[in-house]
Amino acid sequence: MQRVGEVIEASTTDFVAQCYELYQLPALGSLVKTRDQEVELYGIVYHAATTSIEPGRRPIARGKDEDSEEAIYRSSPQLLKLLKSEFSALVVGHRQDGKFYHYLPPKPARIHSFVYLCNPDDVRDFGKSFDFLNMLINTRLPVPIDELIAACLRQMSQVYEDRQAFLVAAGKELAILLSGEFNQLKAILGRIKE
Amino acid sequence: MSQEGEQGQRLGIVVSGSLNKGVEVKLDSSASVEDMVVGRYVTIEGNRRRFFGMITDVSLEVTDQRLTLTPPDVSDPFIAEVLAGTATYGTLHVSPYLAIGGDVASLIEGPQPVKTVPSHFSVVNLASDRDMELVFGKEDKERFWIGNPLDMETKLCLNLDEFVKRSNGIFGKSGTGKTFLTRMLLIGMLQKSTAVSLVFDMHSEYGWEGSSEQGRKVKALKQLFPSKVAVFTLDEENSRRRGVSTDFVVRIGYDEIEPEDIGLLRQLLNLTEPAVEAVYQLRRRFGRDWLQATLDLKDAEEAGEPKIHESTFQNLRRGLATIRRLPFIESHAPTNAVRGILEHLDRGINVVLEFGRYRDITAYVLVSNMLARRIYAQYQERMERAMGEDTAKPTPLVITIEEAHKFLNPEVSSQTIFGTIAREMRKYNVTLLVIDQRPSGIDAEVMSQVGTKITCLLDNERDIDSVLAGVSGKSELKSVLAKLAAKQQALIFGHAVPMPVAFQPREYGSAESYKGFILGEEASRQAEKDIEELWG
Repeated sequence: MQRVGEVIEASTTDFVAQCYELYQLPALGSLVKTRDQEVELYGIVYHAATTSIEPGRRPIARGKDEDSEEAIYRSSPQLLKLLKSEFSALVVGHRQDGKFYHYLPPKPARIHSFVYLCNPDDVRDFGKSFDFLNMLINTRLPVPIDELIAACLRQMSQVYEDRQAFLVAAGKELAILLSGEFNQLKAILGRIKE
Repeated sequence: MSQEGEQGQRLGIVVSGSLNKGVEVKLDSSASVEDMVVGRYVTIEGNRRRFFGMITDVSLEVTDQRLTLTPPDVSDPFIAEVLAGTATYGTLHVSPYLAIGGDVASLIEGPQPVKTVPSHFSVVNLASDRDMELVFGKEDKERFWIGNPLDMETKLCLNLDEFVKRSNGIFGKSGTGKTFLTRMLLIGMLQKSTAVSLVFDMHSEYGWEGSSEQGRKVKALKQLFPSKVAVFTLDEENSRRRGVSTDFVVRIGYDEIEPEDIGLLRQLLNLTEPAVEAVYQLRRRFGRDWLQATLDLKDAEEAGEPKIHESTFQNLRRGLATIRRLPFIESHAPTNAVRGILEHLDRGINVVLEFGRYRDITAYVLVSNMLARRIYAQYQERMERAMGEDTAKPTPLVITIEEAHKFLNPEVSSQTIFGTIAREMRKYNVTLLVIDQRPSGIDAEVMSQVGTKITCLLDNERDIDSVLAGVSGKSELKSVLAKLAAKQQALIFGHAVPMPVAFQPREYGSAESYKGFILGEEASRQAEKDIEELWG
């Protein structure tokens, strides 16, 4: 299981994790999990950012005399320590005693819990139900929700042998959930089709 | 309720509806709207009951009206597949007709007319062959296989003993297969019911060979069941030319024609109302030989009191002369046709009366009405005697008439014997099988007494209305009726069937089909023999 970071901020609905290595971010829409004692929390990556470790200090442009971008980092190795990569995940369910629950866990994640990228088996188990789509649609997030849903389905579909069947099934679920919002449905379908 | 594997294909779920208007069914995305056709049977699995209904309409729906304004790009198979059954879906309109309860008592009782609707989201399946069998029964001693429900393999069976208890009608435009249907039903009655038939065969196609529209020769009753059918003919020469082995040549004497017969022919003979009145007067004056006597009169003066106007008299004479010109009318008939027919009927032999060349409507109306009236009178007498003396009732009789609107139109239906038979129904063990292409011409009162109606395609609005008058779910059946194929499809509803069903009549005309009919006959005879042997 690939460890991608550590929780540094947590609430009932989402958590923020910092990556151990700069730029080692999970893809938008990928499924990640963390643990609070017996409960495994599942989240979908909805936002990621790389910023300075001190809010008051902004990076400055350094590459004027360098030949390549890599050369900037080579000549100023301290940069890797002065910047951080963080990502936010929306909590979409949890697993307790081996059973999946597609609703919010009783408690949020703990700070410094490790965050892992879910392996294909986890994704397939999680994807047996499309209830998470309803949670995504009904959440207010800083990113366009259409983009997030499409990215998430694209990511999840990669673990299935028959990608098309998975996407059609998800699309049908969306068509029902968005029955009065045809334009939004059209936007999402346009982003997930092969 | 039914076991796994016996159910038909799942179609969808009930989403709304009412008992009066029928229920709406939302189609599953797996069921294509294009595979649904009106007239097909479905079962609805309610919580406590199982319902049987018929698809009477198919429609397309969308969840969001914007879809119809800015249609999605369905050339993309992905989009099309996602939207099918979700944002865009099909609905069926289903008229429930029968319900069967889940408990043992109601299972034995069988399907009952529906008095409620299935609950929300009850699952709807296509009716399986087993379901159809549950409703219409299996081919057996009383039930006759008349065809297959549309798009199904099941045999649709009709209980012919039940069928002949009421007057029945076969309707349909010309060339839709009425004759073939009638032939088949006559065979059915001959085999499976206790009734005997008397067929007034205007076009000589039920007794001996007829021909299909393709010009192929088609065998008829006498050829298939020679021991059970007798062919009577009005036109011996014609029958002989066609190679028919006739049993009886019908001749009609002047003295057999009654004033009622003339009244019925008023329009056809172009008689005035006073002329018909005069007939009764002349009958009183001259007795049984009134027709000959009237024709022998020189003028109206001789007719006696009250005076008949000269023009009325001439009008009447012209009409009577038309009758006299009919070749089968003789001043004294050598044989008694009525007795001949009754003798055959009493022996359980069906009688087909061929008209040969005399297929003009005057001859047909005159002869059939005259014979039927006398036969009916005999039946009435025997029936009354049977009731009084508690003896055996006469064999039920089914009289088949073509061009029924000529006998049963509102002007004459009260005068003809057929109007009486249709109205009084089976009190005297005589019923009608009317065949007509213009049912709107038939008196509404008579129409309402017709028990089972079988109708092929009709496209005249008035004809459709008159056939369906008084049927529950009329507008739904109308859409089924209007969509029948022009040939070899029919809709049956009424007394003898638990619910309306559109069907494809059994094949008739090929060597195999004849074998099927004859084998059915032998099998039932064999079964009877077996039972007799078993019980000694």
